[in-house]
Amino acid sequence: MSARTLFEKLWDAHVVAPETADTPAILYIDLHLVHEVTSPQAFSELRERGLKLRRADRTLATLDHSTPTLPANDKGERPYANEEAKAQVAQLEANCREFGVELHGWDSSERGIVHVIGPELGATQPGMTIVCGDSHTSTHGAFGALAFGIGTTEVGHVMATQCLLQRKPRTLAIHVDGQLPKGVGAKDLILHIIGEIGVDGGTGHVIEYRGEAIEALSMDERMTVCNMSIEAGARAGLIAPDEVTFDWLKGRPRVPQGAAWDAAVAKWRALRTDAGASYDREVRIDASKVKPTVTYGTHPGMAIAMDVPVPAARTAQETRALDYMRAQPGKPMQGTPVDVVFIGSCTNSRLSDLREAAEILRGRRIADGVRMLVVPGSEAVRRDAEREGLHQVFTAAGAEWRVPGCSMCIAMNGDLAQPGQLVVSTSNRNFEGRQGKGARTVLASPATAAASALAGSIADPREYLVEAAA
Amino acid sequence: MKPVTRLHSRTAVLADENIDTDRIIPARFLTTTERAGLGKLCFNDWRYLPDGSDNPAFPLNQPQAKGCAILVAGRNFGCGSSREHAPWALLDYGIQAVLCSEIADIFRNNALKNGLLAIVVSEAEHHWLLTHPGTELTIDVQGQYIALPDGGRIPFQLEPFARHCLLNGVDQLGYLLQHADAIAHYEQHLEQAA
Ligand code: SF4
Repeated sequence: MSARTLFEKLWDAHVVAPETADTPAILYIDLHLVHEVTSPQAFSELRERGLKLRRADRTLATLDHSTPTLPANDKGERPYANEEAKAQVAQLEANCREFGVELHGWDSSERGIVHVIGPELGATQPGMTIVCGDSHTSTHGAFGALAFGIGTTEVGHVMATQCLLQRKPRTLAIHVDGQLPKGVGAKDLILHIIGEIGVDGGTGHVIEYRGEAIEALSMDERMTVCNMSIEAGARAGLIAPDEVTFDWLKGRPRVPQGAAWDAAVAKWRALRTDAGASYDREVRIDASKVKPTVTYGTHPGMAIAMDVPVPAARTAQETRALDYMRAQPGKPMQGTPVDVVFIGSCTNSRLSDLREAAEILRGRRIADGVRMLVVPGSEAVRRDAEREGLHQVFTAAGAEWRVPGCSMCIAMNGDLAQPGQLVVSTSNRNFEGRQGKGARTVLASPATAAASALAGSIADPREYLVEAAA
Repeated sequence: MKPVTRLHSRTAVLADENIDTDRIIPARFLTTTERAGLGKLCFNDWRYLPDGSDNPAFPLNQPQAKGCAILVAGRNFGCGSSREHAPWALLDYGIQAVLCSEIADIFRNNALKNGLLAIVVSEAEHHWLLTHPGTELTIDVQGQYIALPDGGRIPFQLEPFARHCLLNGVDQLGYLLQHADAIAHYEQHLEQAA
């Protein structure tokens, strides 16, 4: 067989019916993740057509988007943002009962953001196809799975047939050479990449991240990188599985155990791009050039190192974006006063993200007038963090420690910023109004977010790390 | 789905690039469990002033944009979240086609599945359309062209299956269900391999 890319291997293994000039391929889906926002209309469709869920065993649901992040009161009532949010959660609970779907709901010790719990449970595995009615499904690509977001109509398709109609996307290799400098992390890297290739730089493509700097990343960091593939317009992001992947997955509840584990790993080792396989496009990034990076506009491609002056607007739209952000061309973002700091979301809410922030906050207080929210990605992350005492580091610093959920990433659960407030956020989207109408979002790493909370303005985390070491 | 073969309308223009799905319908309205009735929320934060009245600066609030079913939008329309609420909201608002030089993948896919014509045109034609709001166009899905008032034509390409489904009102879930045997066969092979 001729040399194939990792993407082609994943694609070929899941073709139920090949694509033709007139028809797309029918692609089999190994794992379907479901949450309350993009599923109700799909369940209704099944009900109206008298269809069953084809593979409940390949379907996993959680509550995350509309869920409050403040705990329930004594009577067990949760502070929902509104009646609709409450009804939407109740609807998913009822739908899962009716169709026999495993739901990690309020009573589950594994509940959390859909893209955090899939990997944690070991439901996400190399070689799989994974979909969810959520564009950040690309996160799971960090394990060498073909994972992408779908719309609600397609959620219905997968529920009824476990398949999707798909045209084969093109491939884009992003080679990240060299090493990331000290104090610079995966979030800085992916913001830098999107700043380089643009928010439509990956449209129509599946990105494979490769090279020395990618291999050096931990699983958590790889998830951060793949998570934001969609912000470059890509269909999905991929990283070939290796020992880091296998070590991370070993022993998790849903992965094979014993001899079956060894057999699985042997199979997974073949999931790499063959020597001589070619991509439709290739891009090279020099990791050693990456610095703490933040966004200054209203899409993730408007990203620069925080100490570099904000570029002048080239179009009317960029002018509008700079006006909205109140960013000043010629001045760096570093030093911009901050109102709110949010650490959370499927991009940066895992244990290592919280440790990164806590390292900077330990023994310090956030600046007066700054509100800081720390929202772990899952109940498991919350437990682990509390076991290490990280929650005390956050609360002692003056931050709020919350119950897992999407929270201020999408601001549909009542956690939001006020018009005009500037939020340094570890999430993935800085669109106008994403964190509340009129709210101004600056995307950053957990370290930068923590440093900015202390300084009361956008700050370089490396300064605090040096002090901590001294 | 109803067949979509032809669309005749004047154009309205939203020239901003990268109009994301959060702008088309803000996330706080996603708590709905229905598809219907999202039109009044379409472009909510752009379209209304804080007091709830129409924002005169929003291009689609201009009198000449009223009733236009064809939207010409700046490059990379529909980027961001995978929410299908975006095409549902646009359709309910009265937009039946979006013309653009580049349209985000998931949005385009969602749009076509709902009968919203998401059509990519060349940079040059896109530029012309952006600078000529109010042009009367006819979009012919069968012939894959846009007819201009002066008799000129802009050709476009739709993915053949999406076009077939639009023209014939084909229900894609129905199409997939017809392949139940092939799916069962694939699953059998999966279990044997495990
Ligand atoms: S954390 Fe944000 S991006 Fe991730 S699933 Fe939730 S809303 Fe989507």
